[in-house]
Amino acid sequence: MFDLPLSALAARLRDRKVSSEELTRLFLGRIARLDPGLNAFITVDEDKALASARAADARLAAGKAEALTGIPIAHKDLFCAKGWKTTCGSRMLADFVSPYDAHVVEQFDRAGAVLVGKANMDEFAMGSSNENSFFGPARNPWDTTRVPGGSSGGSAAAVAARLVPAATGTDTGGSIRQPASHTGTAGIRPTYGAVSRYGMVAFASSLDQGGALGKSAEDLALMLNVMAGFDERDSTSIERPKEDYARDLAKPLAGLRVGLPKQYFTADLSADVAACVNAAIAELGRLGATTVEVSLPNQALAVPVYYVIAPAEASSNLSRFDGVRYGHRASGYADLDDMYRKSRAEGFGAEVQRRILVGTYVLSHGYYDAYYLQAQKVRRLIARDFTEAFRDCDVIAGPAAPAVAFPIGAKSSDPVQMYLEDLYTISVNLAGLPGLSVPCGFGAGGLPVGLQVIGRHFDEARMLNVAHQFQQATDWHRRRPPGID
Amino acid sequence: MVWEIVIGLETHAQLSTVSKIFSGASTAFGAAPNTQASAVDIALPGVLPVLNKAAVERAIRFGLAVGGRIAPRSVFARKNYFYPDLPKGYQISQFELPVVVGGEVLVAVDGAEKRVRLTRAHLEEDAGKSLHEDFHGMSGIDLNRAGTPLLEIVTEPDMRSAREAVAYAKTLHALVRWIGICDGNMQEGSFRCDANVSVRPAGSQTLGTRCEIKNLNSFRFLEKAIEFEARRQVELIEDGGKVRQETRLWDPQKGETRAMRSKEDAHDYRYFPDPDLLPLEIAPEWIESVRAALPELPAAMRARFAADHGLPEADATTLTSSKALATYYEQVVRGVGGEPKACASWVLGELSALLNRLEVEADASPVGPAALAGLVQRVLDGTVSGKTAKDVFESMAAGEGAADAIIEKRGLRQISDAGAIEAIVDQVLAANAKLVDDYRAGKEKAFNALVGQVMKASQGKANPAQANAILKARLG
Repeated sequence: MFDLPLSALAARLRDRKVSSEELTRLFLGRIARLDPGLNAFITVDEDKALASARAADARLAAGKAEALTGIPIAHKDLFCAKGWKTTCGSRMLADFVSPYDAHVVEQFDRAGAVLVGKANMDEFAMGSSNENSFFGPARNPWDTTRVPGGSSGGSAAAVAARLVPAATGTDTGGSIRQPASHTGTAGIRPTYGAVSRYGMVAFASSLDQGGALGKSAEDLALMLNVMAGFDERDSTSIERPKEDYARDLAKPLAGLRVGLPKQYFTADLSADVAACVNAAIAELGRLGATTVEVSLPNQALAVPVYYVIAPAEASSNLSRFDGVRYGHRASGYADLDDMYRKSRAEGFGAEVQRRILVGTYVLSHGYYDAYYLQAQKVRRLIARDFTEAFRDCDVIAGPAAPAVAFPIGAKSSDPVQMYLEDLYTISVNLAGLPGLSVPCGFGAGGLPVGLQVIGRHFDEARMLNVAHQFQQATDWHRRRPPGID
Repeated sequence: MVWEIVIGLETHAQLSTVSKIFSGASTAFGAAPNTQASAVDIALPGVLPVLNKAAVERAIRFGLAVGGRIAPRSVFARKNYFYPDLPKGYQISQFELPVVVGGEVLVAVDGAEKRVRLTRAHLEEDAGKSLHEDFHGMSGIDLNRAGTPLLEIVTEPDMRSAREAVAYAKTLHALVRWIGICDGNMQEGSFRCDANVSVRPAGSQTLGTRCEIKNLNSFRFLEKAIEFEARRQVELIEDGGKVRQETRLWDPQKGETRAMRSKEDAHDYRYFPDPDLLPLEIAPEWIESVRAALPELPAAMRARFAADHGLPEADATTLTSSKALATYYEQVVRGVGGEPKACASWVLGELSALLNRLEVEADASPVGPAALAGLVQRVLDGTVSGKTAKDVFESMAAGEGAADAIIEKRGLRQISDAGAIEAIVDQVLAANAKLVDDYRAGKEKAFNALVGQVMKASQGKANPAQANAILKARLG
């Protein structure tokens, strides 16, 4: 039961073969048993979960169920959920209980999904390993000495270990796709503006986008059907008709043109990952797709540009955490400046402080033009590279991460090495494009590898179609980590 | 040495929207602390700003009223600094691309017209308030004001005296109220000025080092602060010193400005475009629909009153100092059916005195424009004398009814019948032989005394002009 796709769970709930309460208890039991070794959750609330499960059962009984009614899920702990601690993996918000719901949380509540807990994450979504969490690192279910990736590491670990059937995440530079790749799960970051950012604690506003992690492309489509849609409370939310992301899943791939950026297949990519990704691309070929080499000439600039823009926005976004109205305030201080200094020095971890410092620097008088403005110009070039590439192809395929999951602690002393984890994902965020990752094999140490599929703006349905057809022909996504049954 | 003062003003006009610029919370003044602060205003984690179109519409109105250019695309930027009453740690403002560029305000100063050029006007949000009393060594924060929409109106350094600066500020104050974008309440901080002041030797073309005086919330303070600051700078330079660029605060108790922070400790605000808000795009159609709804502007109305109504410049200026007064005046003229000079004289005289006494605007006058027109007509057609009419006006103000009713009830109708006046004159002449003798002996004053007797005998109702003429004829 715990391994069933969302559609099968929904069918059993509708047919009253299982109640939401039973299903919720099942997953709560798995969390109780397995999460102590994984630390995928920051908060689990049985009472709240069971109450919404019972409400979902009433709805099911009344025949008013929607696709996800009664299905347990987890939210990354930066989605504000009314009455829930919303910590962002930070000491700064360790005791912050949100008085309101994020748009995404509202959407899942409205759909009748059952929120069982808030997933671990890198502090304020800054990190690629989940090691930057004030609540300790989440662990990779495939090898608990390794990282699950990040920043949506808790969501990925929870889905990989089948602690929930699906979870939300956010992706600012690869924070859904990279952990999905590292944990053998499927993850999608939709087009910028497809999912409302209202109530999603901001890291880098022009790059942040909510998305989902699940076991399959089909599950991701069902999650997006709930999450995506216009919200007038987010001025960057794009007003367009509601769409069914599952509508094209069954389409054959014949005639599909898959672009392979030559800059993705270089010495930076480890051989084991390259082998899996190449095999996956060959599989797409067998399914009727043709491949074409494309070029993203400014690819090498994506990471440096990102590490100007994202910290710049973050330095401003995180200014509100000043200890005045909510969040951590130092217990003793001499004056106002001292209160700010102490509260923020105590409340924020090292990586967050590093990015605030970098961001403050690049926005400073005299440096703004050389860094921030220049980065914005290069950002436009990166976006244009994709526009050019999509003249010759329908989707772009490649790796989601340069190597398999690394051991906890291996990169913590070298931030730049950590930043290079997002080599293949970051340019997608800079261009505002949608990207997904689905399992496509196992590399060194028997650790999962993900295939990244990038689409044009609002072409999620086609990307999901590609991923679904791939999953119909392969069974990588059905493999489960050892020791979770 | 003769010195010239150079002044530029930055004015914050609070826009009269029902809700805040980026949230749905109310902008009403005076509510209990923090009761009008939404999740957005207190900057909870995850909240986002959504631009209030009504604030933009008011900015467009202003831009059109001053003949500025409405930017088809302007950008909201974040101004970053830490302060407890600034909940986000940044203020959303406009920096490189403001919504209104250029424009000018024509100001009447000492009978001449002065042109003050505007640099720009931009939209921004207000901060909250820090309360430093009543909290036993701690500070209280009230975020009701946080997010209130402001239009910051910046002039070129075009003013050359405190009088000019005040005249500009008063004209601008009247204008923003006229076009209905700001209530102009200076006590509540709805309209406040910062003054940039520098001095230079007369005839010099280069600007001196300026100081900015913050938060001048009355015209009197504005005038005094500029005068003080200019004097301070001149004395400093004449004593061999140099003006330091700095921000200064006006201390109304001591009547002086004092240094707040120097240029060196000025904040680096790290402005950058706010990624939570799309660039503000204003379509030409929007601008045109705002233009179509714009009322006749005070400058145009002033010119019309002078040219078409034949009013002196000063009267035209006073009548157009507020839209309520100008509207009132026009309604009186309409009610009377012309005679603008007589109408203006009543509006600027008795009515204005009444309004001042009651401290109300013309639109709240206890004597409405139609009622006043009724009275003015009775003066013009000779039913009552001007002097009697003033008493009638007071009775109308006291709520005793319309002019005609009061005149009838009290029998105040003027006696214009020649025969009746002649009879009274004859009586008076018979009873005052001494005065008649005095007059004939060349004492002009005696004539006035006789007129007084005639008026007294007629209980003030004799037509004064007729009484004069008849008296003169009889004595002649």
